[in-house]
Amino acid sequence: MKITLDVNGVEKTLDLDARVTLLDALRDHMGLTGTKKGCDHGQCGACTVLVDGRRINACLSLAVMHDGDQVTTVEGLGTPEEMNTLQREFVSCDGYQCGYCTPGQIMSATGMMAEAAEGAPSHVSESLTAPADLDDAEIAERMSGNLCRCSAYPFIREAISRAHAAQTREGRE
Amino acid sequence: MSEAFKMDEAQPRLLDETGQGLIGEPLDRPEGRLKVTGQARYSAEYAPERMVHGVLVRATITRGRVTGFDDSAAQALPGYLGLFHGPRFIRNPAQGMADEAPCQPGESIDYHGQPVALVVAESFETARDAAARIVVHYDEAPGAPVAPDTGEIEENEKRKSVQGDLEAAMAGAAAVVDAEYTTAGHAAAAMEPHAAIAEWRDGRLLMHGSLQMIRFNKNELADALGVSPEAVRILAPYVGGGFGSKLGISSEHVSAALAARALERPVRVVMSRQTVFDAVLRRTETWQRLRLGADKDGRLTAIGHEDRVSNLEGEGFAEPVSAATRFLYSAPNRLIRQHISRNHRTPSGSVRAPGEAVGMFALETAMDELAEKLGLDPVELRLRNIPERHPVTGQAYTARALAESLREGAKRFGWDQRPETGSRREGEWLIGMGMAGAGRSNMLVPSAARVTLSRDGALVETDMTDIGTGSYAILGQIAGEMLGLPIDKVAVHLADSDLPGASGSGGSFGASSSGSSVFLAARKIREILAQRLGCKPEELKVSGGEVSGGGTRAKLADLLPEPISAEAKIEKGKTAESHFSAGFGAHFVEVAVSEVSGEIRVRRMLGVFGIGRVLNEKTARSQAVGGMVWGVGSALHEELGHDPRTGHIVTRDLANYHIPAHADIPRDMEVVFLPERDDQANPIQSKGIGELGISGSGAAVINAVHNATGLRLRHFPATPDKVLAGWADGR
Ligand code: FES
Ligand code: FES
Repeated sequence: MKITLDVNGVEKTLDLDARVTLLDALRDHMGLTGTKKGCDHGQCGACTVLVDGRRINACLSLAVMHDGDQVTTVEGLGTPEEMNTLQREFVSCDGYQCGYCTPGQIMSATGMMAEAAEGAPSHVSESLTAPADLDDAEIAERMSGNLCRCSAYPFIREAISRAHAAQTREGRE
Repeated sequence: MSEAFKMDEAQPRLLDETGQGLIGEPLDRPEGRLKVTGQARYSAEYAPERMVHGVLVRATITRGRVTGFDDSAAQALPGYLGLFHGPRFIRNPAQGMADEAPCQPGESIDYHGQPVALVVAESFETARDAAARIVVHYDEAPGAPVAPDTGEIEENEKRKSVQGDLEAAMAGAAAVVDAEYTTAGHAAAAMEPHAAIAEWRDGRLLMHGSLQMIRFNKNELADALGVSPEAVRILAPYVGGGFGSKLGISSEHVSAALAARALERPVRVVMSRQTVFDAVLRRTETWQRLRLGADKDGRLTAIGHEDRVSNLEGEGFAEPVSAATRFLYSAPNRLIRQHISRNHRTPSGSVRAPGEAVGMFALETAMDELAEKLGLDPVELRLRNIPERHPVTGQAYTARALAESLREGAKRFGWDQRPETGSRREGEWLIGMGMAGAGRSNMLVPSAARVTLSRDGALVETDMTDIGTGSYAILGQIAGEMLGLPIDKVAVHLADSDLPGASGSGGSFGASSSGSSVFLAARKIREILAQRLGCKPEELKVSGGEVSGGGTRAKLADLLPEPISAEAKIEKGKTAESHFSAGFGAHFVEVAVSEVSGEIRVRRMLGVFGIGRVLNEKTARSQAVGGMVWGVGSALHEELGHDPRTGHIVTRDLANYHIPAHADIPRDMEVVFLPERDDQANPIQSKGIGELGISGSGAAVINAVHNATGLRLRHFPATPDKVLAGWADGR
């Protein structure tokens, strides 16, 4: 099947077997291997990407369902020479070890911060309607779909919380 | 290559003299930028031209023989390229440092889920479909024992150690603990599934393989394929976690190589997550009996540790459950025994801290119980039982920070605030504190590296891997520190089997062993520089592009008309006989236990460790915290469940095998490294850290649960149902 995707701002037309997941389309058909496959079953979060701004598990979605969609992957956030704030904080907080869950953590955190900014509550939010303050409990809850077997959790959350603080500062300025 | 340097005596602490400010510093990982931007490539992420895709076909019986394959349904699929099997296929991964092929079982099947063939097709989707269409004919041998108490049970004589008279000492003790414990089987569950891309170029195999120990893996793969080691090249610059599961080659490597040779095309085989659970070595479940006896002053008179583990017949590995019991505490009367149940579960092997990770649950929760019986503080009980010399071997200890860790940890954690058992409550939550000792033996494994110094900087080359452990960072720091270079002038090339052979990553020995080889190679370069300058090596100072010593000085560039390259190899020597080296420490934990649901929440953890010289404070801390989190996982969540009929693992994905998630782990995970140098361990005076964090941390969690609730939990993981059952039994 022929589909067109906007991936990181670049239009791509692909002719794919209908069984190809969005994850495999990115990794194997577009050479964007930054998005990782940890389980292929929606259980680890390593494959998290943004589709039209929302985080999803790319392994749980067929590529042909995304004709015309806008997809953002970790490659779309920054480059080794020019990392974005979140990526920089992951490096300086050592928010990883092997690095395999890392793109998923970063994409998930990106989507998560946007959700929180829009006022989406989580299981640990005090109120369903008042905007949540992204403290550690909120971040931990909202990031729990992203497993890290190296167990960099405290450092991942430190990185997210620092990036969030920087974003909030910039927002105010 | 030059002779190996043998660690026969303590070496001068040169890294304390060089003064570059690099060693030990919490520098960012040099490869970090690639990891956070998705540019670091893992084994499955290469796309050689004409690459095709393989999916493993696996046994659906527990024991028997394959009598034939029928692939007619697969042949109907466009893009199906064939079915591969045969005598070179392996049964299960090689055990760590095997250095030769693991069992090649031919037609025979020994566990449910054993890979028996590989399907290859033009696309992954077709290969997956085709694999499901293969019909395997079996001659089944039913009734295979799959539970640890049903098969043949043999004593592991190598582990047996008896001193004095345990029974008599127990009978005469003022306080005793005699209890049985069980731990569930564990999976390493590294986030990157096992992967291989095999490609033959002019008769030589190029293998991108997710592997921890390239020097050994090359020989294992060559042996499995029946080619010479020179005909195999393995690359593994980025490995998405190992934790023991990638110590040895496994089915994806062998099958991909065989299919690639037959098809004359590159073949990629990536295990599905379920295959990783079924067909990669697990950590055995354990049964343990732990006996402690003490006099009224809290001096241990007796320690007994008996265990039973399981493994498949023919696998040489047996989890060394009593490893820490051998060296942590003194007692004149000791008994250590092990039995191995030969069953037909997925075979077992090394998973992070084999031995300590499970054995310390029994030892350290029993110590807690003994302290309570004696009316002694658990920290004090441990302080009273620190041995003079290794209680079994009589060796002297190298630097050992056990007492300091216990004292420093108690102070920092606020141990004096520990509530009376079952006395602190916040709403439905019962709050408690617990602690445990930590110990993990430290080894030096043969390791080689080459360092080249040129006017542009230094290059470190070795087949050492970085599986998230920080090898890129620390090897660069050692070379930079020794050669007076800023860190951005040092390049580190790793994990190519054509480079000098390193220890590999395993057993927490990688950083110290490979780090020592880099240190020695750089030390040779310093000797050459000293010679060129005309001073003694001890007088040499290199810094800021200047070399000085013995009253003369020169520009580094002027001493380098051409690059200097030096290779060095290290291996253990006399110090490993005279001394016993181990990392030591103490864990402190605060938990909250819900009276309503039985849920256990870890609120904060502190680990205080003596690991010799810290090479990079940031990566070492991450390793330590990683281990502590694994302790939480094994104490509270992780459990391999087996189908009682077939032995097949039923918790075979990440939804059913519960590794800790963000919400399980508090932000407050503190790590303190005590200043220490281990002079007998190696020439850089460092020790391993990757496994010390898990050694004892789970027991500290469980001891905190006791302090919170009064319950003594002895079967791990301590899931909420066990807490509720404990209460139902009337505390
Ligand atoms: S790979 Fe998609 S959630 Fe694990
Ligand atoms: S960094 Fe290795 S799994 Fe998260």
